Amino acid sequence: MTTVLTLLAWAIALLLGGWVFRLAGQRIPWPRASTREYFRDMDYMVAFGFVLAIAAVYWAVILYFVREVTFFRWALNAIVFFAACGFLFRLVGRHVGHDASRKIFRQMPITAAFGILTIFVYATLAVFADFFAPYGQAEIFEKINVLPGGDPALGGDPRFLLGTDQLGRDLLSRLIYGAQNTVGIAFVTTCLTFLIGATVGFLAAALGGWVDQVASRIVDALMAIPQLIFALLLMTIATAWAGSDKALIMIYMVLIIAFLDSTRVYRLARAVGLNIVVMDYIEAAKLRGETLTYLIFREILPNATAPLLAEFGLRFCFVFLTIAALSFLGIGIQPPLADWGTMVRDLSQFINFAAFSPLTAALPLMAAGAIALLTVAVNFVVDWMLHKTSGLKE
Amino acid sequence: MADTNPLVRIRGLKIEGRSDEDWIQIVNGVDLDLNSGEVLGLIGESGAGKSTVGLAAMGFTRDGCRISAGTVEFDGIDLIAADAATRRALLGRRIAYVAQSAAASFNPAHRIIDQHTEAPVQHKVFSMSNSQADAMELYERLRLPNPTEIGFRYPHQVSGGQLQRAMTAMAMSCRPDLIIFDEPTTALDVTTQIEVLAAIRDIVEQFNTAAIYITHDLAVVAQMADRIKVLLKGDEVEEAPTRTMLADPQEDYTKTLWAVRSFQRTQKPPAPSSDVPVISIRNVTAAYGSVPVLHDISFDIHAGRTVAVVGESGSGKSTAARCITGLLPPLEGQIEFEGAPLPRDYRKRSKDQLRQAQMIYQMADTALNPRKRIFEIIGRPVEFYLGLRGAEKRRRVEQLMEQIEMDPGQYIDRLPSELSGGQKQRIGIARALAAEPRFIICDEVTSALDQLVAEGILKLLANLQDSLDLSYMFITHDLATVRAIADSVVVMKEGRVVEAGPKDEMFTPPHHPYTDLLLSSVPEMDPDWLTGLLEARGVDNIGDSASARMS
Repeated sequence: MTTVLTLLAWAIALLLGGWVFRLAGQRIPWPRASTREYFRDMDYMVAFGFVLAIAAVYWAVILYFVREVTFFRWALNAIVFFAACGFLFRLVGRHVGHDASRKIFRQMPITAAFGILTIFVYATLAVFADFFAPYGQAEIFEKINVLPGGDPALGGDPRFLLGTDQLGRDLLSRLIYGAQNTVGIAFVTTCLTFLIGATVGFLAAALGGWVDQVASRIVDALMAIPQLIFALLLMTIATAWAGSDKALIMIYMVLIIAFLDSTRVYRLARAVGLNIVVMDYIEAAKLRGETLTYLIFREILPNATAPLLAEFGLRFCFVFLTIAALSFLGIGIQPPLADWGTMVRDLSQFINFAAFSPLTAALPLMAAGAIALLTVAVNFVVDWMLHKTSGLKE
Repeated sequence: MADTNPLVRIRGLKIEGRSDEDWIQIVNGVDLDLNSGEVLGLIGESGAGKSTVGLAAMGFTRDGCRISAGTVEFDGIDLIAADAATRRALLGRRIAYVAQSAAASFNPAHRIIDQHTEAPVQHKVFSMSNSQADAMELYERLRLPNPTEIGFRYPHQVSGGQLQRAMTAMAMSCRPDLIIFDEPTTALDVTTQIEVLAAIRDIVEQFNTAAIYITHDLAVVAQMADRIKVLLKGDEVEEAPTRTMLADPQEDYTKTLWAVRSFQRTQKPPAPSSDVPVISIRNVTAAYGSVPVLHDISFDIHAGRTVAVVGESGSGKSTAARCITGLLPPLEGQIEFEGAPLPRDYRKRSKDQLRQAQMIYQMADTALNPRKRIFEIIGRPVEFYLGLRGAEKRRRVEQLMEQIEMDPGQYIDRLPSELSGGQKQRIGIARALAAEPRFIICDEVTSALDQLVAEGILKLLANLQDSLDLSYMFITHDLATVRAIADSVVVMKEGRVVEAGPKDEMFTPPHHPYTDLLLSSVPEMDPDWLTGLLEARGVDNIGDSASARMS
């Protein structure tokens, strides 16, 4: 009963707060005329939103200092840290380099700066994994299940900063090699996806008629089946074909994901292409007697790069998550290659310790966090690019 | 009319527009006074800031613009300082706006009358039923067909001219003191335009409404406005009562505007009948699917001559061009090039046959690939047809750019988006010339351009024709363009050739009644022209209604 009453009291306080907030804003003699006008013309709903946001920040601050709420504190710390990184990166970009690049950095939101920085760090780690990783990805040590932190008093070991897994492999090394394997394979797969999807999509748009009909109906049929289940089904068949050849399984996986995901790219490429083929410059090129190849690659493709590039970022995330999911289920990237999906699976039972030993529970969360961070980063960059190409201004 | 207390009073209005990071001033201190019941015409080329000033009279700016200085007073109320509630009470109620494209401004998901009644009910001027009754009365006054029924249709079920009138009725729904008309007839055919003009003028007079009429068409503004204000690049050039302004413009810029329509080429003598025409259209019948659009049309185009094909939209002039280029293979009849029949489908034509007939499009924006540089756009046909590469190709492109009077050094590496509308159209011409054709189809090439720029394009085309012995098929709905450049004229209506002949004959009576209607609907600079025409023809005998009666 008291809970209900407390909630009710809060709700009433917030509702009144909106009104008070607006009134206060109108009474304060702001130095700038635009601020005064903003408060004068403010809707009650907007004022309420402000008050709600203030209350949320207040709760967050209170929660931050409660000792038991470890993960929330970590998350907040991480967000502040990443925001600071993004801000610093943008600050550097604004003052270093070419005029044009400085201009780009000046107009860049902080989210995009953070996204670019993260992608850059991931790419560097992936490419130079051998250099950055302290140990090999399959190297086994006798100390198993070392906790992260490197503090012996808390079950850590200074040699293994992020701890070891249940076989005694160094997690930091495996995370870095995981970047190479997971991200690398996802990148190759996405490129393949776009090669298939965009080519067929533009062909359907440029030719129309029965080519378009046949291709589109096949794609419709493929899209009707849930993607992950379809991928699992095909992977089962592929695993049977591949036998014990682990490299072959991975190649099949790349092909299957590329094929299934290309249906989505096809839809986009066809839709974008249809808008382009009706332009007069395409008609002019046709009347000039140009070939289909020239039309697609020289006239249509340059005008479709912006939406396709944005889609590439998104598609990359989905491919990447599918690979992680398949690996989690044991039919994706094969051991002993390090992979984030497999790492989450192998360490997943430690999540049960979250309530009394946050450090133990952090073991599977590091790989999951690596996946989440990259996905968020790519989405930030894609959002920014879409915003730029669509010509929207804030 | 007390001059001391005008309805709208704008002083020192400065407006800035945002470009990337900077604010650029686009209106540099304009003053404007408008008394109640008066119509002020705002004219200028595109980018002159006329729409921006018009909107500012409502205390409103487009996204990305801001009023940086000056005052806008409406009936003594300072619109810039006023709070949102005050402005909301004025807009729609006492100030209304009629946009250029009614088709794009009506919500397609609601019936016309529902959109009409929204403002009066919201502002508590009328009840719902009274407002509906009032709408029907307004529709009747605006001479819309079936006034009791037309409001219950959806916007797509009504023609463009009718929709524009319905929008004017909507602006009138609260009996505002001020209406801002932003190019309300620019997108319409001449025959439709005249109906809308007559309707707008009539209703503005009846209700004694003040109006700001924004347009780039001088002849139109001469009919509508009591006073004219000329703008150029955000500055006021001059302002005077309509008659004074027309008779005695003071500034040089205004004088050039007035002189635009004077360009006229003498008609060339008709080609000897023994001559083989460059292009000959013989008994062509064509259809989109099962919908017939062309019925047995024939005409010839001789070397070095310009044939203007005129008619309102939907008359089949562009379809005829598509038949000639082979994009729409005709069902019957054939196209001959220098006496030899061309294959009907462009895919079956040889490279040389394709090269001989080129096209220039209406919208240079969509006709040039926005991702290609000028060098590539003009260079492609040079390379494709003539096989020139490397330095030879570059020299040829530079030569072509000199022909279209653009400096190669400055423009050759630009993207189309870095050019003005007129320059883009010149690039379109250069691309057609690059193929070294004998025949060019010009599809409404000047209708998207300002009059001064359009005149430059017409002069260029005329010079090119003389130096290269080109033949033009000139598709247009603007009879001033026809008068300027054509040697002979083909009038089309509903897919048929109504009348054809040399230009001089076509502009002197007697005419086919449809030609007569078309010719008489072209606005003239004389401010009494519309009044005179209405008296001569009668209100019911103009525009679409007259056109419909003919078929």
